Amino acid sequence: MTAAAQPTEASGRKTALYLLRDMLLCRRFEEKCAEEYSAGRIRGFLHLYIGEEAVAVGAMRALAEGDAVFATYRDHAHALLRGVSAGAIMAEMFGKREGCSHGRGGSMHLFSREHKFFGGNAIVAGALPLAVGYALATKLKNRRDVTACFFGEGAIAEGEFHESLNLAALWQLPVLFICENNLYAMGTVLDRSESQIDLCAKASSYRIKSTCVDGMDVMAVVNAATEAVQHIRETGAPAFIECQTYRFRAHSMFDPELYRDPEEVKRWKLRDPIPGFLSKSVAAGQLLTTDLELLEKEVAVIVQEAVAFAERGTLEPVEDLLRHVYSELEIRQSVGGVK
Amino acid sequence: MKEITYREACHDAVRSALLADERVFLIGEDIGSYGGCYAVSRGMLSEFGPQRIRDAPLSESAFVGAAIGAAMAGMRPIVELMTVNFSLLALDQIVNNAATLLHMSGGQINVPLVIRMATGAGRQLAAQHSHSWEGWYAHIPGLKIVTPATVDDARWMLQAALADPDPVLIFEHVTLYNEKGALNESLTAVPLPGAAIRRPGNDLSIITYGACVNKALRAATELAEKFSCEVIDLRSLRPLDDATMLASVRKTSRALIVDEGWKSGGISAEISARLMEQAFYALDAPVARVCGAEVPIPYPKHLEDAAIPQVAAIKKAAETLVGSHE
Repeated sequence: MTAAAQPTEASGRKTALYLLRDMLLCRRFEEKCAEEYSAGRIRGFLHLYIGEEAVAVGAMRALAEGDAVFATYRDHAHALLRGVSAGAIMAEMFGKREGCSHGRGGSMHLFSREHKFFGGNAIVAGALPLAVGYALATKLKNRRDVTACFFGEGAIAEGEFHESLNLAALWQLPVLFICENNLYAMGTVLDRSESQIDLCAKASSYRIKSTCVDGMDVMAVVNAATEAVQHIRETGAPAFIECQTYRFRAHSMFDPELYRDPEEVKRWKLRDPIPGFLSKSVAAGQLLTTDLELLEKEVAVIVQEAVAFAERGTLEPVEDLLRHVYSELEIRQSVGGVK
Repeated sequence: MKEITYREACHDAVRSALLADERVFLIGEDIGSYGGCYAVSRGMLSEFGPQRIRDAPLSESAFVGAAIGAAMAGMRPIVELMTVNFSLLALDQIVNNAATLLHMSGGQINVPLVIRMATGAGRQLAAQHSHSWEGWYAHIPGLKIVTPATVDDARWMLQAALADPDPVLIFEHVTLYNEKGALNESLTAVPLPGAAIRRPGNDLSIITYGACVNKALRAATELAEKFSCEVIDLRSLRPLDDATMLASVRKTSRALIVDEGWKSGGISAEISARLMEQAFYALDAPVARVCGAEVPIPYPKHLEDAAIPQVAAIKKAAETLVGSHE
C-alpha cells in the first residue's frame, strides 16, 4: 500500500460505516414495523423493503441536500435515508398527528417538504410525471438540483413511464430515474409482463443514459448513482439506473406468496446486501467485524425511540376530519398569488 | 366597457398572467406553433418563447403530472388540456395527485395548479368529443371547479385561480369562444366561488352554468310576459354556492336546473338534493331538471340539438313548473 492511498483508506472506512449503518437502520426499522403490524398497531397496507436496502442506501448517497426525492408506496427506507426522523415515520404508521404526514397518509404516503421528500405515491408510476415536472421547475429556475425518482419495474408497463421518460429526454430535464427491479410486480414476474426485459434498452430508446447494476451490491449502486448524478448536473439531461434486486418479504402483509418458489427466495437471501457488504468491507480492511455489533446497538436505540415516540403521539380529534382538503389560511397568505 | 369575444378574454387572461408573474407558464398540446386548438394562445410563442409556452407531446398524463410537479416546486403552471375529452387520459394525475397531495401530506404539499379545458357539445363533434365532465370533477374534494359563462369571468377568473394555492379546473364551453360580451375593465380579478344572479325574477329560479346560462336567459326573456324567471349562473360547481341558490328558491318557491351533462348521477342531481335538504318547505313544486339526454352525443345536428338543453325545452319545463301550482 502506498502512502497516498492512506486518506482513501480512511474515507473508505467512513463511507463503509455509513453505508452499513444506513442499511441496518432500514432493515431493523422495518422488522419492527412488521412486528407492530402483527401487534395491530400499524394497519392498512405495509410494504417492506427488506432485501432491497442497498438500492436506496446507495442511490441516496449520491444525492445532495438540495435534490428532491419521489418514491413509491414502499417508501420507509427512502424517507429514513432522506433524513425524516424514524419517530415521525413510525408515528405516521401509527396514525398519529406527530407523524411526518400528520397521520393522514400512513405507510404509503410519507412526506416531508423540509427534506424535499415528496412521497410516498401509491399509484404505480404515478410519481414519474411529478418528478419530471419538479425537475422542469428547477430548470426554469436555473438551478442545478437533481430530482430523483424511485419506482419498481412494474411501473415500466405503465404508459406514464414512457410518457415521462420521453418528456424528460425531450426537454432535457435533470431527473434521475431509479428502477428498483425486484422481479415481481406484486405477484407477476417480469418476463410474464414485458416483451422486452432489458429495461435499459427501453430507457435508452428515449436517448437517456442508462446503466444496469447489481442492486444487492451497495457500492455498485453508489458508483452508478454518483456517475449518473454527475452526468445530470453537468449536462442537465436525465439518467436511468436499473438496480437488480429482490424483496425478501411478501409484497405486502396480505400476500401469501403463491407465485414464487421458496427456494428462489432462499437463493436470493444468500446475496443479502448487509452481510455481503460487511464481509467484503472486512476483507478490504475498511470495516471490523466488531463494527456490526456497535452499529446494531446504535440502530436498536433509534428504532426503540421511534416506537416510544409513536406511542406517545396523539390522535387527531375527529372534529378536524375535514382539514387539509384545501390549503388553510396561513398557507393561502404565504403562498400569495399573481402579483 | 369594450366589446370582446370570450376567446379574446381567455387570451388576455393568460397573457396578462404571463406578464405579471414569471412563475407562470403555459403547457399543453398545440399551444405554441399551432396557436391553441381554440386559438386562445395565438401569438404567445413568439412573445414569451418556448420555455413558457411549452408545446407538449400527446402525453396528457405526463404533462398534467409534470404541471403538478412544477406547482409542487413553486411554479404557477397553466395547463391547457385541448378538450375535456382528453382529460380522461390524465384523470389519475388529477384525482390521485392534484386533489390528494395536500391531504396525504397532512397539509404540507399544496398544488397551485390551474387547468383550462374546453368542454361541452354543440359543434357536431360526436360522442368522443362532446363530453361535459365538469360535474364529474365537481365530485372530488380537493379540486375547485369553475365554469366561466361571461367575458368578465373568462377574463378575470384565471387571475383568481392562479392566486389560489390549490388546484383549480376551468371549464370553457366550446360554443362560447365566439360569443361577444362587454368587458368590465375596472375589474382585476373576480372571486372564484359564488354564484351570480344574471337576471332577477320572482316566479321561478333557473339554476345553471356555462353555455346554458345564455340559453336560460333567452328562455327567461321570451317568458317575461307570462312570469318572471331568476337566472342563476353558478360559476363554480365546487364549491357550490348554496346560499345564493337557497335565497332565490325561498323567494320564488320553484327551481329548474339546467345542465348539459347527463341527468343520472350528475351535478343537477346534487343541486336538487341540496334544495330538497335545505329548502323543502319553501318549494311549491318538485324541483325540475332539463339535462343532457342519456345517450352518447350523436353526430347529426338535429339529434345533437335534441340531446342537449335548448331554449324551447327550458321554456317548456319552466311553464310546466310555474303552471303546476298557479
